[in-house]
Amino acid sequence: MAEPALHLDRLSVAYRSGGRDRAVLRDVSLQIAPGEAYGLVGESGCGKSTVALAVVRYLPRNGKITGGAVMLDGTDVMRLGPEALRHLRAGTVSMVYQDPSKALNPSLKVGCQLGEVFEVMGVPSAEREMRSLEMLQKVRIADPGSVMMRYPHQLSGGMQQRVTIAMALASDPKMLILDEPTTGLDATVEAEALDLISDLRRELGTSILFISHNLAVVAKMSDRVGVLYAGMLVEEGLTREILSSPRHPYTVSLLRCLPRGGQRKDQRRLDNIPGFLPAPGALISGCPFAERCAIADDRCRAEVPELREDCGRLVRCHYPDRAVNIPRSTPSDLVNLKSSWGAAPVLRVSNLSKTYGQGSHAIRAVAGVSLSLLPGETLGLVGESGSGKTTLARMLLGLVPPDPGGAIELDGRPLAASLDRRRDEEVKAVQIVFQNPDSALNRSHSVSRIIGRALRKLGGYRGADLTGRLNALVAAVRLTPRHLSLRPRQLSGGLKQRVAIARSFAGDPRVLVCDEPTSALDVSVQAAILNLLADLQVERNVSYLFISHDLGVVRYLSDRIAVLYLGRIMEMGPSESVFEGPNHPYTEALLSAVPQLDGAQNTRIRLSGEIPSAANPPKGCVFHNRCPRKLGAICETLEPPQNEVQPGHVIRCHIRTEDLQRLQRRGMLSPVS
Amino acid sequence: MKRFLARRFTYAIITLFVLSLLVFFGGQVLPGNVGRAILGPFADQQAVDALNHRLGVDRPLLVQYGSWLGRFLHGDMGESLVYRSPVALVVKAALGQSLKLAAVAFAVVVPLSILGGIVAALNVNRPVDRIITLGGLSVTVLPEFVTGIVLILIFGVWLRWLPVSAAWPDGAGPLTQLYYLILPAMPLVLGLFAYIARMARAGTLDALDSDYTRTAVLKGLPWRKVIWRHVLRNALLPTITVIATQTAFLIGGLLVTEKLFGYQGVGLLIFSAAQSKDFPMLQAGVLVTGIALVVATMVADLLYALLNPRIRLGAE
Repeated sequence: MAEPALHLDRLSVAYRSGGRDRAVLRDVSLQIAPGEAYGLVGESGCGKSTVALAVVRYLPRNGKITGGAVMLDGTDVMRLGPEALRHLRAGTVSMVYQDPSKALNPSLKVGCQLGEVFEVMGVPSAEREMRSLEMLQKVRIADPGSVMMRYPHQLSGGMQQRVTIAMALASDPKMLILDEPTTGLDATVEAEALDLISDLRRELGTSILFISHNLAVVAKMSDRVGVLYAGMLVEEGLTREILSSPRHPYTVSLLRCLPRGGQRKDQRRLDNIPGFLPAPGALISGCPFAERCAIADDRCRAEVPELREDCGRLVRCHYPDRAVNIPRSTPSDLVNLKSSWGAAPVLRVSNLSKTYGQGSHAIRAVAGVSLSLLPGETLGLVGESGSGKTTLARMLLGLVPPDPGGAIELDGRPLAASLDRRRDEEVKAVQIVFQNPDSALNRSHSVSRIIGRALRKLGGYRGADLTGRLNALVAAVRLTPRHLSLRPRQLSGGLKQRVAIARSFAGDPRVLVCDEPTSALDVSVQAAILNLLADLQVERNVSYLFISHDLGVVRYLSDRIAVLYLGRIMEMGPSESVFEGPNHPYTEALLSAVPQLDGAQNTRIRLSGEIPSAANPPKGCVFHNRCPRKLGAICETLEPPQNEVQPGHVIRCHIRTEDLQRLQRRGMLSPVS
Repeated sequence: MKRFLARRFTYAIITLFVLSLLVFFGGQVLPGNVGRAILGPFADQQAVDALNHRLGVDRPLLVQYGSWLGRFLHGDMGESLVYRSPVALVVKAALGQSLKLAAVAFAVVVPLSILGGIVAALNVNRPVDRIITLGGLSVTVLPEFVTGIVLILIFGVWLRWLPVSAAWPDGAGPLTQLYYLILPAMPLVLGLFAYIARMARAGTLDALDSDYTRTAVLKGLPWRKVIWRHVLRNALLPTITVIATQTAFLIGGLLVTEKLFGYQGVGLLIFSAAQSKDFPMLQAGVLVTGIALVVATMVADLLYALLNPRIRLGAE
């Protein structure tokens, strides 16, 4: 076998905190062959990023390698002197990280930052610019010359990530480390970035270490995959085999957390993983997963399983045969849904618009949106960043006044635009759950104070009544009384989101706006929150406006779906109908951008260009300049009509329904992520 | 960028306007009758009234304010009640003095403290860092009259290297003036060093921990280039603002130092004007200091914007 591009040999890393070393990686061994793409998955805190940083020897100040070795292309990274290490970083290994806006220096032009790579390689300064231009072309940047002259903040997120990829590949490294490179990017932008990386990999033959929490993304990008849990490799093998027939209970459970194959809340509840990841440095005497594993026995708790060959892969489990039949941790009982067809809508929005700024700076964030929400129904709101999702939500909550001409009705009565002018009843009726519970909860208040305050303010409860309601609400979101005295920082992300949900339910809302409520959470926690939301909806007959960029999640929870583009609803209809099509070409592109868990390559609809500025939206159909199915002049001049393709399913497009159906006959698309 | 400038400029004008109101009406609140103050307790009431009328201080306040501001804008700051000479000349001379002292202190403290801050940050938690941060802090907490006196004793009295008074002989050249200013500037340098150094240190540490520094290091750039190109440029932006706000202190707030070294600057001027109820002088002194502060802040904002492309080119 050829020298591996990367070889970790029993690598152990510890972070020093509170005066003692806490193990983060424990004896991790893996090899990546030249030209191979290796995916490393696991939930937050399992040590994925630490692996990446250890490889390039850039651990934080308090981190140190406590054992083992890192061999990059046959060189022991730990033994290199400063100058040799610099050469290694310059030539052999490159890295692309999450959040390109931070990875680029805000006060240096792109050209300068890219040119540095060539400077380090010793390319004469006269050639650097040309080489940089070449590199930008390679990452499919249309006008490299002008991009070179710009500062990072003048580029979109997708462009910034292309620039960092160009920088990483400019030195033609043997090993490319990608640490959550597309997390935080829009689905279509993510899909393009991933396509770009696979293309370049084929072109350059670079070995890749791909780190992500997103199993579907890893499935798309890697030949082999390793599952990391509590700093230990628990399963490793060919990507397709691991994801289709996992043998480790953790991998099995993780995959069950995902809504897949078009699963919906009324079919089956999602499984989740009870308990928590062991804290860094925790003393692990047996299997690290034993505490959360349904099939663990005394042997699992006493004896650390070896990483053993099993069914053509490596598994760290005493009983890999039993993993497949591991019992569910949550009952799969169906959620009983009351049909609310024909009921009067609880919320109706007609012709709602919002313009920020004025004159030539006017930005039309939302333009003429009309929709209604039935009692106990979930309306999923999808669209890329800048599509106006959040502005729409804020208008419903009364936080942003809409332009004159629009109307919001609650239970058939007009709802004041501004929160100050809404009656207490109305304020209680429309509540929100935010994406990031960290910033949404007051850090200095205890859980009981946070929820209790909401109950007093919104519910008007006092004294013993309040205590009773508090306990009931805490139980309803599956928190236990011992959580009541804790403060948010003592809780995990999932628990914090439960507190936020409890708070939003304090006033018995009729409508709950959920703004990306699970985006910041790990999949196992996400599953639990989605189950909770589904249960609460049935119990309390509340309606959700569910905003998310994750189509699998939207499909799982939503009864109907609205697709927003540049502040306009391009398509709206019953969830299944939207997923089956025919679709608006934009929806079609969104759906095709979702990576599949089985790694299957669906024909991607590539969108050209970027979302236009809302300050200057295209005339006619606002999507025409990116539309792969554009008809012609009519799309540029005339606003498209609303076509009803099926009862309740409307598409705003000039293309006739039959034609769309014919064009998009593509078999069942089943997005999962 | 134009909008940014226009906005900053408008704010500056408003700030100065509010300051002029405060200065003028604040002066009116102080007890005492101007004519009586000038002519003394035994003067005839008629004479006092006549003087008040001649000075215009018996008119309605708004009218007085209007004419005062109008004349001030034309450079006429009125006549000192004590010296019976145009205020403008006195203020101008004092301002010149203050600017000289401030410039010397500035020229020493800014490079020194920024360098100190950077060196501390690059050696964080090592002895060098501790010496700079703790040493700087310890000197800062000492009041200027303490450090000033100690410095006078050491360099002026004991070593006899430097003159103990800042008053240089008439007709002294720039170098001689500088020689006389070194000792008075020292307490200011010591007072500001820790503050600016701390900011520079914090900014550098932030930049060192940033993702873009990681990008630069992992590119394989030599450490010196990482520091020069990637760290310092971003690290020192916040420090610039801090330095500028200290300018005002250096110009108007040096009463103790000026008193200690017998130096006729703006601080001492305002102080003595307040003591002798010399309102035109007091108003002019405070307003001129205010203008200095506003200008310094604006220059700082401008520099910040020029160095920061996100402001210069506007976020899109």
